[in-house]
Amino acid sequence: MRLPAVMRTTAARLSALYLLLFAICATVLVVYVTSLSVRILTVQTRDAIVEEVADLGRAYRRGGLATLVRVLDMRSRQPGANLYLLAGPTGQILSGNVEALQPGVLDHSGWTERPFTYDRYGDAQRSRGGKHTAVAQVIELPNAMKLLVGRDLGEPERFRTVVRRALMAALGMMGLGALLIWYFVGRRALKRIDNVSEASRQIMAGDLNQRLPVSGAGDEFDRLSSNLNRMLDRINALNEGLKQVSDNIAHDLKTPLTRLRNRAEAALADVSDEAASRAALEQTIAESDQLIRTFNAILMISRLEAGYSAESLDEIDLSAILADVVELYEPLAEDCGVELTAEASDDVSVVGNRELVGQALSNIIDNAIKYSSEAEAPKVKVSLKREGDGARIVVQDTGPGIPPEDRERATERFVRLEPSRSQPGSGLGLSLAKAVMKFHGGSLELDGAGEGLSVAMTFPARKKG
Amino acid sequence: MKILLIEDDREAAEYLKKAFFEAGHIADIAPDGETGFNLADNGSYDVYVVDRLLPRRDGLSVISELRAKGDTTPALVLSALGEVDDRVTGLRAGGDDYLTKPYAFSELLARVEVLRRRVGAKDVETRYVVGDLELDRLTHQVRRAGQEITLQPREFRLLEYLMRNAGKVVTRTMLLEHVWDYHFDPQTNVIDVHISRLRGKIEKGFDSPVLHTVRGAGYMLRAE
Repeated sequence: MRLPAVMRTTAARLSALYLLLFAICATVLVVYVTSLSVRILTVQTRDAIVEEVADLGRAYRRGGLATLVRVLDMRSRQPGANLYLLAGPTGQILSGNVEALQPGVLDHSGWTERPFTYDRYGDAQRSRGGKHTAVAQVIELPNAMKLLVGRDLGEPERFRTVVRRALMAALGMMGLGALLIWYFVGRRALKRIDNVSEASRQIMAGDLNQRLPVSGAGDEFDRLSSNLNRMLDRINALNEGLKQVSDNIAHDLKTPLTRLRNRAEAALADVSDEAASRAALEQTIAESDQLIRTFNAILMISRLEAGYSAESLDEIDLSAILADVVELYEPLAEDCGVELTAEASDDVSVVGNRELVGQALSNIIDNAIKYSSEAEAPKVKVSLKREGDGARIVVQDTGPGIPPEDRERATERFVRLEPSRSQPGSGLGLSLAKAVMKFHGGSLELDGAGEGLSVAMTFPARKKG
Repeated sequence: MKILLIEDDREAAEYLKKAFFEAGHIADIAPDGETGFNLADNGSYDVYVVDRLLPRRDGLSVISELRAKGDTTPALVLSALGEVDDRVTGLRAGGDDYLTKPYAFSELLARVEVLRRRVGAKDVETRYVVGDLELDRLTHQVRRAGQEITLQPREFRLLEYLMRNAGKVVTRTMLLEHVWDYHFDPQTNVIDVHISRLRGKIEKGFDSPVLHTVRGAGYMLRAE
């Protein structure tokens, strides 16, 4: 079932809820206050009656029936008098100010069980047909006559009505006031939420520079808005990064693709030379393999940055990985005339992914060999040390190094510092290594204290539990 | 060799079929998982090449159901995904090898041919012989023309893998996977240098080459 449109706003729904709760509380309060005041009045009434009965009893004992009748008569005539009635053994009214009585009231002596109706002398003229209610005590006199002393309940009834009306009026005013105040205050708050949703609608519509309104009050809404704004900034930054990367990809893939195409075209132009076309085709394949490699590296980096599944983490032996990779590169280093040495503590293990760490380390060593091979007596030293609960692998080479101002850029995607791009490579090796280290919660730092470049892979202390 | 190719990309499948045919193999194409499962269940193939993401039924469930039915035909999983975890889940589902798209056909062909060989009992053989080259897996001895050759442990494993797959092309990534147990893409020519060292030991001083370079693909150990 759909609510009417006005009820679908939070303001209206909350208002209705408040109104209901307030009404329940008010009703309970009214009922309680009136019943309490009536009870107090009833007790007062009864006390007065008991006192009267004692008075009349004394008069009766002093002067017998005659005195009693006289006192009754006198008291009956006073303004605002109580009810007095003296009845014969058969119930006929002998004296007092009661003209008629609800039947059966005199049958039992003691307190009347419940309020009864009666008519007072002269009432017929004042309020036609109006019956009054009263409570009374009935006393049986020794000569089987009955004496009734009572008090009209009109007063407590009136009092009850007055109290109830006053309370109702007061509560009604309060409720209405509270509701109005709440509605306006709530609406103001909700209006701000509406502003936020309006702003986010604009952002979704494509205006990415739009930001959510911040009033400056520093309240919850402001905190929410500024957090969302920071999130938008972050998204914007990521977007920019993505754009940068796609530009780089476009640029970096364009060159090899063009080369690929030219080579294929050249081979096609001269099909007579079988050896040459064969060589061209082989080069084409090699070139496409390089492209595939580049693609894979890009995909891998994106996945790492998007957060690889934590399932792939395991206890890994860094010493063993280091030995593996150094052994893998040792022949290549020797061929390039580079002295590759390893210095590793035993049994250093961290939580990580063996494949990724192996790949990152091999990229770094590959780079180190590539760039230091032109130096005199080139050396690449790989060391592994435990560092607190973490570990650190440093690859130090004797190559030209990277100037401090370029070090940050060196790990960006596709950045290749030497303008000639004379060394083969995709420009993704260090970016991948950095992504791997970031994924492990560690860091990749380039440094150049002394000669050459040193690349440090820092693994953080493993988390407890 | 008869190959069942379960791949929903029609163009890619046709290209692979043609390429396999040129390499001397016959490939049947199944365009979705359900068809693939039925073909595999009723036919007799030497190797399954299964794409992971398929219409109607995904590739891994096809393989695991075939395995549950007792079908041990080697299966190679093709996937556009390529995380280490994917490889693990792929192999756990009963796949025998895993290749990430994009890949070079030469890589796929080499892997498929090696998979097929694995069905033979070569794994339990203790001695490999290729021409005058012998390798004893128990004593770790290598001889060529009766003359003992001393190899480093890694060189021994490299030769062992090449000899087990003698006559077949093995790619650089396959070598890195099986000899070094890493699944990443080797940069530059690290593997080549290892091969040329090994070649120096098993060919130098002997009259004929046994370890051949297959350009654009990898290496092959074969007696002349």
